[in-house]
Amino acid sequence: MTRGWTAVYLRELLILKRRLPKLLPTWSVSPLLYLIAFGYAVGRHVDVGSHSYLEFLLPGLVAMASMTQAYAVASEINIARFYWHIFDEFQAAPISNLAYVMGEVLAGMTRAFLASLVILLLGACFGVVLFYGPMFWIALLLNSFVFASLAVGCAMHVKSHADQTLLTNFIITPMAFLGGTFFPLSHLPGWGQTLLELLPLTHASHAVRAAAFQEPAQVIDFLVLIGAGGLCFLFAILSVNRAKV
Amino acid sequence: MIEVTGLTRKFGAKAALSGVSFTVGAGEIFAYLGPNGAGKTTTIRILTSLTRRDGGTVRLNSFDIETHPLECKSQFGIVPQHTNLDSDLSVEENLLIHGLLHHMERQEITQRTGELLDYMEMSDRRQSLVKNLSGGLKRRLLIARALMHTPRILFMDEPTVGLDPAIRRSLWGFIKRIKNDGATIFLTTHYIEEAEFLADRVAFLDAGKIVAEDTSANLMAAIGQWAVDYLDDNRLQTAFFNSREKAGDYVLNRANGCTVRRVNLEDAFISMTGRKIS
Repeated sequence: MTRGWTAVYLRELLILKRRLPKLLPTWSVSPLLYLIAFGYAVGRHVDVGSHSYLEFLLPGLVAMASMTQAYAVASEINIARFYWHIFDEFQAAPISNLAYVMGEVLAGMTRAFLASLVILLLGACFGVVLFYGPMFWIALLLNSFVFASLAVGCAMHVKSHADQTLLTNFIITPMAFLGGTFFPLSHLPGWGQTLLELLPLTHASHAVRAAAFQEPAQVIDFLVLIGAGGLCFLFAILSVNRAKV
Repeated sequence: MIEVTGLTRKFGAKAALSGVSFTVGAGEIFAYLGPNGAGKTTTIRILTSLTRRDGGTVRLNSFDIETHPLECKSQFGIVPQHTNLDSDLSVEENLLIHGLLHHMERQEITQRTGELLDYMEMSDRRQSLVKNLSGGLKRRLLIARALMHTPRILFMDEPTVGLDPAIRRSLWGFIKRIKNDGATIFLTTHYIEEAEFLADRVAFLDAGKIVAEDTSANLMAAIGQWAVDYLDDNRLQTAFFNSREKAGDYVLNRANGCTVRRVNLEDAFISMTGRKIS
C-alpha cells in the first residue's frame, strides 16, 4: 500500500535541495520583519506574563512558519499539476493514493522543519534562545503534519492556481494572525477565545510555546493536533482521485 | 495487448468519445489518426488512468483497469503530448524517480539508465538539467523515461508534435526499434506520413467515433492507388484512380494545373469523413 512513497518524497527533496539557496532567504524575510517590527520595535518594553514579548513571539512565529511552509506544498503540487503536468506521472504510476499522499506530506513537513530552524536561528540573532526539547519538536511536527495533509487535500480539489491563492488568503493567512501567534488569547473576550480555540494553529502555538518555556504541556493541544492531522490526512487520501479530469 | 470496448466520455453536453472499440495485438504499432479535437488524447488518457471514463471497458494485457488499476499501470509507459519532465532535475534524476515509482531496485535503475541513455544517444547528457535540453532531447528523454521499467505497452500521444522534420524522422527510427524489441505501441498522431511509416494498423477517429480501422495499405486501396489534384472553380478537388494510366488519361482531358501523386491516408480519411486531418 505504501510502496512508491519514497519516489514522491525523493523528488521533492531533490527539488528542495536545488532551490534551497533561494528558499532560505525567502523563508527569512517575513519572520525577520515580524521580529524587528513587532518583537523589537513595538514589543521592546512589553512583557507577556514572565516573558518579554520577543520571547513570547518567537514560538508563535515558529508555529506559524511551520504551518505556512507545510501548506506551501499545495502550491508546489498545483504547479506540478497545472503547469508542468508532472502530476500525470504520479497518477499513471502503480502507486496507491496513500503512497502519494505520504510522500507529499513528508515533503511539506520537511519544508516546515527547515523553515522553523531558520526562525530559531533568527531568534538567536536577536538574543532569544528558549528550550527546544522533544515536546517542542513533536508539537511542530504534528502542526506541520496537519497543514501538509490539508494542503495535499486542498490541492486535489482546486481547479487553478488562482483558487489555491484564494484558499490561502481566506484560511491560512487569517489563521496565521489569529492562531495565538502574536498575542495571548486571554486578551480576547470569551467568545473570541472559544472561536479561536477551534483553530489547529492555536493549539500548536500553545504547545510549542509551553514546551519552549518549559511549562507543563496541555494534553488537549496534542489531542487536537493528532485528531486534526488524522482527519486532514484521510481527506488528502480520499481527494487524490478527484484530481482526475 | 490492448482491448477497448464501448468507451464513452462526455465533457458537459459534448460527447468526446461515443462507443469506441478496438483491439491492439501484442507487438503491434496501432496508429490512432484524427484531427485536433477528435478524441485521441481523451482516449489515451482514459487508457492510462489519467481521465475518468463514463462507460466501456479497458483491458491491458488481460488486466481490467477498473478491477486491477495498479497491475494495469505497471504494464505501460507513456510518452505524453506535452513534456512533463521535472525541469529542475537532471536527466538521470528524472529516470531515477520514474524507476522508483515503478518499484525498481536502485541497482536495476542505474543499469537501465545507462542502457536507455545509450539507446537514445544521450549518454553525454546524463547530468544535464532538463531545463537546459533542446526540444528534441526532451522528447528522447520522455521516450527513455517511458521505457525505463520495460513496459510491454507504450502509449505515445503525438510523440513528434512540434519537432523539426529531421528530429521527427530520427524519433521514428527509435519507435521502430522499440517495436522490434517486442513492445505493443499505441500511437496518436495527426501526421499522415508518421502513421503510414510506423503503423501496422490505423484507426480513423472522427468526432469521438472510429470510422475505419485497417492497415494503411487497405485503407488507401479502398479509394484507389493514384490521385489527381486539380482546380475546379478555384477549389482544389481530387480524383482517385486504380492505375497510373487512368490517372494520366484523366489529366490529359483536363486543363493545366493538375498534379498526379500516390494516394495517402489523408485522402482515405477525407473520403470517409469529408474532413481533413490537419
